[in-house]
Amino acid sequence: MPERALRLSGPSLAIVERCDGNHTVREIVTELQKLYSKAEPQKVETDIVDYLGRLHQERALDFE
Amino acid sequence: MIANPLALIAELTHRCPLHCVYCSNPLELTRRAKELKTDTWARVLGEAAELGVLQVDFTGGEPLTRPDLAPLIRAARAKGLYASLITSGLPLDEKRLDALVSAGLDHLQLSFQSAHDARAAEFAGTEAHAQKLRVADWVKKRQIGLTLNFVIHRQNVDELEDMVDLAERIAPSRVEFAHVQYYGWAFSNRTRLLPTREQLDRSLRIIESARQRLCGRIRVEYVVPDYYAKYPKACMGGWGRKVVLVKPDGDVLPCHAANVLPGMKFENVESKSLYQIWHESEAFERYRGEKWMPDPCRHCDRRSQDFAGCRCQAFLLTQDASATDPVCSLAPARGIVDEILAEVNRPLQQAVPWVYRANPK
Repeated sequence: MPERALRLSGPSLAIVERCDGNHTVREIVTELQKLYSKAEPQKVETDIVDYLGRLHQERALDFE
Repeated sequence: MIANPLALIAELTHRCPLHCVYCSNPLELTRRAKELKTDTWARVLGEAAELGVLQVDFTGGEPLTRPDLAPLIRAARAKGLYASLITSGLPLDEKRLDALVSAGLDHLQLSFQSAHDARAAEFAGTEAHAQKLRVADWVKKRQIGLTLNFVIHRQNVDELEDMVDLAERIAPSRVEFAHVQYYGWAFSNRTRLLPTREQLDRSLRIIESARQRLCGRIRVEYVVPDYYAKYPKACMGGWGRKVVLVKPDGDVLPCHAANVLPGMKFENVESKSLYQIWHESEAFERYRGEKWMPDPCRHCDRRSQDFAGCRCQAFLLTQDASATDPVCSLAPARGIVDEILAEVNRPLQQAVPWVYRANPK
């Protein structure tokens, strides 16, 4: 992003890697629920949606 | 252990078709004959990437005046750097923009002097506004980031609502309303440029309402003049902490203005590597850490937040580069800033002529 950098690791990296124009939000949720199989699936979904919402607000990504 | 810089500011040239009265370039502009060659810049970009830099801002003067801009962008991309172009939009046509985008340009920041043609021409010293509108349009049709940067000062702050409207119509991903910072040509023009307290307060309300309305569509940023602040800014994120700047002639500085500081020896990329300069040079080490700090900074709780403020500003206002930044309410020299603000906020203003930015030879 101009004048900003995101330090990504673990879950945030897994999410942002999948923001490639080829994944739907549902697909990202499903893939991460598999990846983080020990975590509560509902929490994974909420966290992802929140995170994507924040990135959108920062204008770091768009939904098509 | 010194952390790596995150950004390289590549000041490619001091040549520029505009003559903005608030230009942050130093009063002593680099002559064209002394500009670094393409190969040298390409090497510097590689060294920056190795040093850990993530983003390069190609700027100037006007970077578009360099015919090798596309190859430089390509070189930046090849090294994995995020390539950003800070530009007035002159001179540019669609064909050249496509060349820059194919070379790997990630983002373009376009400056605006006003919401209106005639006023824009007054501040830039030349007609440029219509071209900027065209450039914004072209950029929006390509898949790169766009930031509009409106330069704000007393003479145009009353147009802020019109500028917000213009930004909304253009709809970039980001808009920055940035008050002039008082260095270079802007320092010379400061009594004409500083807004009044009333103008500043009104502007804060306008920006806050715009930010809320545009949330999720356009990221709105507002940079206010620190003369009105209680504490200083963490200038550049601290001396030699986050940013490294290379001038058109290859001198390496921690910021745009550091030329003004007396007794500083700046190393040059022609004789040393960026790694050596960042980690070992006298200039970069000079204001790192806390041992150089004056009172009250050296015992102040805020010292790890604002690093005692800006060295260049301290020098410009007090002639002592090691002084507490006088914008700080705790600074011994705060009175200097208060006097300037008193003059600016006086009801009757005397007309003072602009000092227009010149061009280097």
